[in-house]
Amino acid sequence: MDASFVGRRFPLPGSYAVGVEKIREFADAVGETAPIHHDRAAARAAGFADVVAPPTFSFAVINRTQEVVLFDPELGLDYSRVVHGDQSFSYHRPIVAGDELTCVMEIEQIRNVAGNDMITLRADITGADGEPVVTGRAMLVSRAAETSERPEDHGSREPAGSTTGSSG
Amino acid sequence: MSAAAAEVSVGTELPPLTVHVDRETLVRYAGASGDFNPIHWNPAFAASVGLPGVIAHGMFTMATAIRVVTDWLGDPSRLIDYGVRFTRPVVVTDAAGSLDHDGADIEITGKVGAIDPAAGTARVDLTATFDGQTVLGKARATVRL
Repeated sequence: MDASFVGRRFPLPGSYAVGVEKIREFADAVGETAPIHHDRAAARAAGFADVVAPPTFSFAVINRTQEVVLFDPELGLDYSRVVHGDQSFSYHRPIVAGDELTCVMEIEQIRNVAGNDMITLRADITGADGEPVVTGRAMLVSRAAETSERPEDHGSREPAGSTTGSSG
Repeated sequence: MSAAAAEVSVGTELPPLTVHVDRETLVRYAGASGDFNPIHWNPAFAASVGLPGVIAHGMFTMATAIRVVTDWLGDPSRLIDYGVRFTRPVVVTDAAGSLDHDGADIEITGKVGAIDPAAGTARVDLTATFDGQTVLGKARATVRL
């Protein structure tokens, strides 16, 4: 990967309009059954403007931005070998239907460990009012090609707590 | 159910959760999240990049693990931060020659690891286990009590 990309910022083209059905679909997909994710009246009764997104919904926004970064041919990342190393979110407020979100992603670090390319990305998600909504941070690993790898190594290369992930 | 500050102490265990994952789960998650990486649905592609089979999205496992906390809190606006490391893949099998869904079970537990009385917050330490091995490392959430 091209290390000169560190510090470069990539905005999500346009914005991400959060819809009621998208929140319901995401909540269904991850098994979040609480009424505030599905029922507009229940969400409003709980003090929210509309149905509330589950905590990792922001990844849908981040993923769209991330593709802009990762598919940049000049970065030189082999996306076919990318898995997710780690992910964290800092929540400033919940995402609700009706939000018009923007996202800017910055490459914080690029390094190579034992042939694996590792890239650390920070995503700042902001509401239409310019206030922060979620800050995401991810480390992605483009795994080295397995020329010297033994088949039995698969899935057990990385001990718990290692910095090299393996779960996509 | 929601967590009341008075009832919470270090070591308090949250109700555990077991989630069954099959290929349909992953296809649904791909559509909902927009992450269509073929390692999560195409066995031949997964094998071609050296994976042991189709694997669950790490973000699906992350979304599943926090359910232990959201079910307990009852209010997602009380979640301050949440982070995980993805340490092992969850391999999601599909029985060959069978119309039955096969899949994988992920077991989630959560325990209060620390309380900050001044800030009014607690740290919940999560574990996620598949096939007897942990698949998340340093899985932690900070919540407002």
